Amino acid sequence: MALITPLREAVSSLIHDGDTVALEGFTHLIPHAAGHEIIRQGKKDLTLVRMTPDLIYDQLIGMGCARKLIFSWGGNPGVGSLHRFRDAVEQGWPHKLETVEHSHAGMANAYVAGASNLPFALLRGYTGSDLPKVNPWIRFVECPFTGEKLAAIPSVRPDVTVIHAQKADKRGNVLLWGILGVQKEAALAAKRAIVTVEEVVDELNAPANACVLPSWALAAVCPVPGGAYPSYAQDYSQRDNKFYKDWDPIARNRDSFLAWMKRHVLETEDFAGFVRVLGESVARETV
Amino acid sequence: MSELEFSATEIMTVAASRLLGNGTVCFVGIGLPSTAANLARLTHAPDVVLIYESGPIGAKPTVLPLSIGDGDLSLTADTVVSTPEIFRYWLQGGRIDVGFLGAAQIDRFANINTTVIGPYDAPKVRLPGAGGAPEIAAQAKEVFIVLKQNKKAFVEKLPFITSAGFLDGGDAREKAGIPGGGPTAVITDLGILTPDPVTRELTLTSIHPGVTVEQVKEATGWDLKIAADLKTTEIPDAAALTALRDLQARTAKAHGQNAGGEG
Repeated sequence: MALITPLREAVSSLIHDGDTVALEGFTHLIPHAAGHEIIRQGKKDLTLVRMTPDLIYDQLIGMGCARKLIFSWGGNPGVGSLHRFRDAVEQGWPHKLETVEHSHAGMANAYVAGASNLPFALLRGYTGSDLPKVNPWIRFVECPFTGEKLAAIPSVRPDVTVIHAQKADKRGNVLLWGILGVQKEAALAAKRAIVTVEEVVDELNAPANACVLPSWALAAVCPVPGGAYPSYAQDYSQRDNKFYKDWDPIARNRDSFLAWMKRHVLETEDFAGFVRVLGESVARETV
Repeated sequence: MSELEFSATEIMTVAASRLLGNGTVCFVGIGLPSTAANLARLTHAPDVVLIYESGPIGAKPTVLPLSIGDGDLSLTADTVVSTPEIFRYWLQGGRIDVGFLGAAQIDRFANINTTVIGPYDAPKVRLPGAGGAPEIAAQAKEVFIVLKQNKKAFVEKLPFITSAGFLDGGDAREKAGIPGGGPTAVITDLGILTPDPVTRELTLTSIHPGVTVEQVKEATGWDLKIAADLKTTEIPDAAALTALRDLQARTAKAHGQNAGGEG
């Protein structure tokens, strides 16, 4: 049963060094605040999973939280490279990062297989691509009925999945809408799911067929209004495109990256503190 | 710039948009493909169905999305489904007419690389990776690829094939069991390349006005074949240019730039 829990306690009690952790979100509803809390608590040796690792994964990788990354597209959307991710892959800084690389179709199917309690995902994919040459976890099997060659990849079964959603009720049932990506599948594929939410309400009043994650399928629900920032929550906030652009020069250089992380994440007590210090930084810039 | 003058990027975008017929179901990559596909929707193809891998089906964004999951895509779509559903039911289900892709690098058989420059284990440049492209390139009924033409992008040999075009040419794609028809056009800032019907080698079949064949050859990392009946690309009409510039002005006003990415 999901308890309404402060984020700090959820991260501390549910995410352990060495865990496989998926913080999912497809541009929309990315759980940035939870990523920052993982960094603050100095979690290590994580295997990070994400279809589209972006800024929060750049930060987790640059701060040395990750040993391995399973992914299908790593970039700063609309801006360019993830410089900390590239530095880890190209130069091994702050340490070597093992990568396991898929396509989106592969990753999406792997989450579905995980949520379905299957050992592997089956898809028509990867044919003609060099990805199977560099990723030994992409293999091919023959359809027992037609003989067609199909791709098989292991299901994704994270120890912990973290997502952000719009609403929870007081019992911890969660409602999310808009671009949902693979979040439902990722939450149900995991041993433990943490959901940060914009607000806690008395009643969800969810329409039939809405995407509701029942409290009993979750480990913790944490109220963090604005916790997707600089990503967004439809009907609550807008994506801060400027932040994504501003991140590029900060992340290009190891020292400027570390200084930024120290000031905005390590030396702030929680997400509200991050928002306050970021506001001060922005005000200083615009003076 | 007066209405009848246009930039190389503008003729590339307009030429790419013209290839998209009204009513086509198009799986759109972010960036140049999304610009061209939305221009088609705003001009000659109002009923084109734009599908983005983040989940929107029938998206009609008022400005170009900066990222593949911009709120505008979701709010203007006929429906928004999950990412697994997009890839399983709509793409693998065989419902996509055109996959519209960009690329970092391309070879003579229209294979594309978006993964690494240099060796995979010790890359000189780590690119973002595959995203949705391998299965879009494999499963759409046909594929358009739009990218700027230069020797760094049009290479003799790709360091990595992320998404298959015609592999080694000829019937290699069919023999590999790839279901979709493969690339039918590569639209660049210099011209349009189409695969030879037999060898499947990309051939320059249309050249943009004011560009010379020498220029195109110079911008290609292999000995580019030129069609015997080489055509000159029709210049963008005033209506298309106006629609494109209005779209880009609205986009710039909304988020300051036109580029885009997944994520």
